[in-house]
Amino acid sequence: MLKLNHMVQYASAGFDASFAAISDATRRGVLEQLGRADASISDLAEKFHMTLTGMKKHVAVLEQAGLVATEKIGRVRTCRLGSRRLEEEAAWIERYREIWDARFDELDRVVEELKRQEKTDGRKNRK
Amino acid sequence: MDARTESDSTPTSSRTSVERKSEREIIVRRTFDGPARLVFEAWTKPELLKRWWVPKSMGMSFLACEADVRAGGKYRFEFLHPSAPTPVAFFGKYLEVVPHSRLVWTNEESNDGAVTTVTFEEKKGKTLLVVHEVYPSKEALDANGGMENAMPETFSQLDELLVDLRSKE
Repeated sequence: MLKLNHMVQYASAGFDASFAAISDATRRGVLEQLGRADASISDLAEKFHMTLTGMKKHVAVLEQAGLVATEKIGRVRTCRLGSRRLEEEAAWIERYREIWDARFDELDRVVEELKRQEKTDGRKNRK
Repeated sequence: MDARTESDSTPTSSRTSVERKSEREIIVRRTFDGPARLVFEAWTKPELLKRWWVPKSMGMSFLACEADVRAGGKYRFEFLHPSAPTPVAFFGKYLEVVPHSRLVWTNEESNDGAVTTVTFEEKKGKTLLVVHEVYPSKEALDANGGMENAMPETFSQLDELLVDLRSKE
């Protein structure tokens, strides 16, 4: 934990924390599970055959990295994917879109030119 | 003054849309102002393809662009990229070629490349183009998404680190 706190002080800390968080197979499993549905800590503990205390620790690491958000309602603490995970996914899609968008802007120009050519050729043929 | 509002209110609105259809599938759509036969031509004639496939913003330049566009025919694109010491090659083969309407090809430069299907649908002189990529796994799409070197740095770094860690496990 100390090490994690220490890393958080650096600019790339967000990334390091995420990485530390997902370097553990159980925590990767938890993220996958939460990708399917929200779950309480005791649900998760049961699913991963783990004590409540053990699962709490894992969730705390994920929460610190912004990958998981938790909310206590009554006596149950519910976990869901954190906003950072969602933001990263949105950014991933946007980056993908930008590539194709740039590519298709160029393709637009090529199609324009082919249309013009066809018109000119058509005129020539009629003569 | 143009009465239309500037696009700044909707910065991501664009003619290109991307949908992650499932863990292994991604779909890109765009409508082109031209008949399907011309859009298809631009996808199947290497001398035209090489004019748009690598937008300038990618920082790459074509060295070679060969495409034998018929079922079973092969393609090979080679690029120079400032960060790669040797040319980068992308290759595979066409599985289906239906003039003016459908292209399917493999991406074989890596073991987990996608199968890409492109359809051309003409309506009133315009063509709706749909690129549908199916990867063998979620991980492959996460890693390959965004195409040539375009994957967000965070993800590529994360992947490298994961590989490192796994090898130490």
